Amino acid sequence: MSDLLAARSQMAVSLAFHIVFAAIGIAMPLLMVVAERRYHRTGDRAYLELAKRWAKGTAIMFAVGAVSGTILSFELGLLWPGFMEFAGPIIGMPFSLEGFAFFVEAIFLGVHLYGWNRVPPRMHLVAGVMVALGGVLSGIFVVIANAWMNTPAGFELVNGRAVNVDPLAAMANPAAFTQTLHMTLAAYAATGLGVAGIHAFLLLRDPLNAFHRRALAVALLVGAPAAALQPISGDLAGKMVARRQPAKLAAMEGQFRTERGAPLRVGGWPDVERRETRFAIEVPRMLSVLAFGDPDAVVTGLEDVPRSDWPPVPPVHLSFQVMVALGTYLALVSLWAGWLALRRRDLAAHRGLLRALALGTPMGFVAIECGWMVTEIGRQPWVVHGVIRTADAVTPMPGLVVPFLLFTLLYLGLAAAVVWLLRRQILESPREPEPGAAPVGVPQGA
Amino acid sequence: MPELSLPLVLAGAILVSLNAYALLGGADFGGGVWDLLASGPRRERQRALVAEAIGPIWEANHVWLILAVVLLFTCFPAAFARLSVALHIPLTLGLIGIVLRGSAFVFRAYDVQRDDVQRRWGRIFASASLVTPILLGVSVGAVATGRVPRAPEGDFVDAFVRPWLQPFPIAVGLLALALFAFLAAVYLTVEADEPALREDFRARALGAGLAAFAAAALALLLAYEGAPLVWGKLIASPWALRFHLATAAAAVAALGALWRRRWRVARVAAAVQVSLVLWGWGLAQYPYLVPPHLTLHEAAAPAATLRLVVLALAAGAVVLFPSLYYLFHVFKGRPV
Repeated sequence: MSDLLAARSQMAVSLAFHIVFAAIGIAMPLLMVVAERRYHRTGDRAYLELAKRWAKGTAIMFAVGAVSGTILSFELGLLWPGFMEFAGPIIGMPFSLEGFAFFVEAIFLGVHLYGWNRVPPRMHLVAGVMVALGGVLSGIFVVIANAWMNTPAGFELVNGRAVNVDPLAAMANPAAFTQTLHMTLAAYAATGLGVAGIHAFLLLRDPLNAFHRRALAVALLVGAPAAALQPISGDLAGKMVARRQPAKLAAMEGQFRTERGAPLRVGGWPDVERRETRFAIEVPRMLSVLAFGDPDAVVTGLEDVPRSDWPPVPPVHLSFQVMVALGTYLALVSLWAGWLALRRRDLAAHRGLLRALALGTPMGFVAIECGWMVTEIGRQPWVVHGVIRTADAVTPMPGLVVPFLLFTLLYLGLAAAVVWLLRRQILESPREPEPGAAPVGVPQGA
Repeated sequence: MPELSLPLVLAGAILVSLNAYALLGGADFGGGVWDLLASGPRRERQRALVAEAIGPIWEANHVWLILAVVLLFTCFPAAFARLSVALHIPLTLGLIGIVLRGSAFVFRAYDVQRDDVQRRWGRIFASASLVTPILLGVSVGAVATGRVPRAPEGDFVDAFVRPWLQPFPIAVGLLALALFAFLAAVYLTVEADEPALREDFRARALGAGLAAFAAAALALLLAYEGAPLVWGKLIASPWALRFHLATAAAAVAALGALWRRRWRVARVAAAVQVSLVLWGWGLAQYPYLVPPHLTLHEAAAPAATLRLVVLALAAGAVVLFPSLYYLFHVFKGRPV
């Protein structure tokens, strides 16, 4: 394994691991706050139970998200010193702001988790809201920096050096809005529908359980609107890629030839040798419509991109197909749930919907991983699109396969521990919490 | 006194972050050390006190380190790049320590309350708390040696091991460990709510204070050979004598207050002492960020960036300090 490949693999594993916890850290506090607010309004203890359990889950996820995020902030330099030396002054600003958002999150999470009996109920709820806000802002700031890597702005390049640096213009880079919108909705959709799916599964076995019924309602309230809106934000993000990163779009769509009125290819396998995408279902002119809003628009194919600037086509195309398929499924199930809710049907008793939700439990997270692979692998061979190649940014440190394996082992261990802990939490779900259930205590060992 | 400039202000901000991290995050690591070294009839109560003390605040305390790193790569990208290359190994090991400490602490809090399970997480939490401060201290010490090269030179050992595997950085690592353990024990004398437990941590604080004194003396001794630039400043600068007197006064005050059981006075004096050690390092390095080649001004990002970061820091402080005050007021305020 070359050092470059080891560095890329380590970064990929770190991000793939962190993104799950980051997404949960963005959305889970909102679920927890909605449940607590409903408890305040209704006095229904099942909501209190829910708020406490979700707070525990959030505590575990947030801690793992925080430490894995710390790894990433150091890895930017440990693996890509060339990138950071160039990009730090231009795009460090959102990271600095993210630092403060992270502070708000961590401070108020402490108040929330350990303050059940120490702060007034209203303040406890406010602390939860602050955690939720801090989480969203942290995510937005980090994704702004990633968007800059796709559509760099806010500097001029003179002899390989950045001059006239304007950090605000860098933050306002073209992809910032579409990417942050897409990722934020993804976090709510994946987490909300992930939680809804778990409780839907448990309701199928235990249909009258009041605890799971309420959990399902809150989780759907957060997850379903986000999942239903996600295709729109995806369309915006796709149009931005089409304008600014034609090679990435071509890889996503398996578009080898430059074509007027290009078809949308559903599925299929891009054969890089033969420069064609085989076995795909083609919808005529649809790609031109989706990418440029015009059935006769010209879509640039990879043939017009220098071979050395191609991203790896098959993984980008495949990830994109899987992301779109899963996102579509979740959007449709969400619309179905919304329609049933409008007709005042009891969602928790609708076995068809419960089955569909249970099936969708992991889909949001798989879609997030795939979407992240689309944007990251699709940007290759650049670390900053059109400006710095990944190969030129890597550290001169040899033997990078060692830290790669070390961190991979660490992540596997952490993942196993988290699964073990959450499994216990979920299996311990209360059977009939409604009449006079004892409230769970504050986190133990604290 | 150096002229006030944007790079200097931001270097100051980084040092403030590191200072806060040492006083708060450092004490959380120190708490882990006392978990590891818990002993005697009140062993479990010592551990419970540590967990109770750091539980609500350790994540907020940890953010100071993130802030320092982010400010370093935004405002002094050349220094960040150079240090990340030369100190790849201790920083990577320190990161693993940070991850294991934090996650094992939370896993212990939320896993089954069975002794063997709790002990397993506790052991990981505590050993990571012991090792990480040494690695962080080694990294800081390595910067002070003036042996971080502009670019990697020579073979693997020359380029990636020798810059930090030296007596002086290791002494600084031990000093960091002793100071963090000292801080934690002093804080815990205030937070313990029964006299016997307080006495346990008083004894530990006195021991750690003496260990810190020994480590500091060792580091100063080794600095002559190991970090000549810093040594020269610490001995010959016009401010050096006053500075050493102030640090010594704080150290003596902390130990004296502990001896006389004036817990809150000891807490303030210990915090002042640790802060002075840190600022002494910062002053002794001035104007170098990574001696002996890279000064603050050479490493600085363009003024446009620095100006915006100063604004962001000011705006962030408006949110941060009231929030932090609230957190510490809720969990560390005097019992009503």
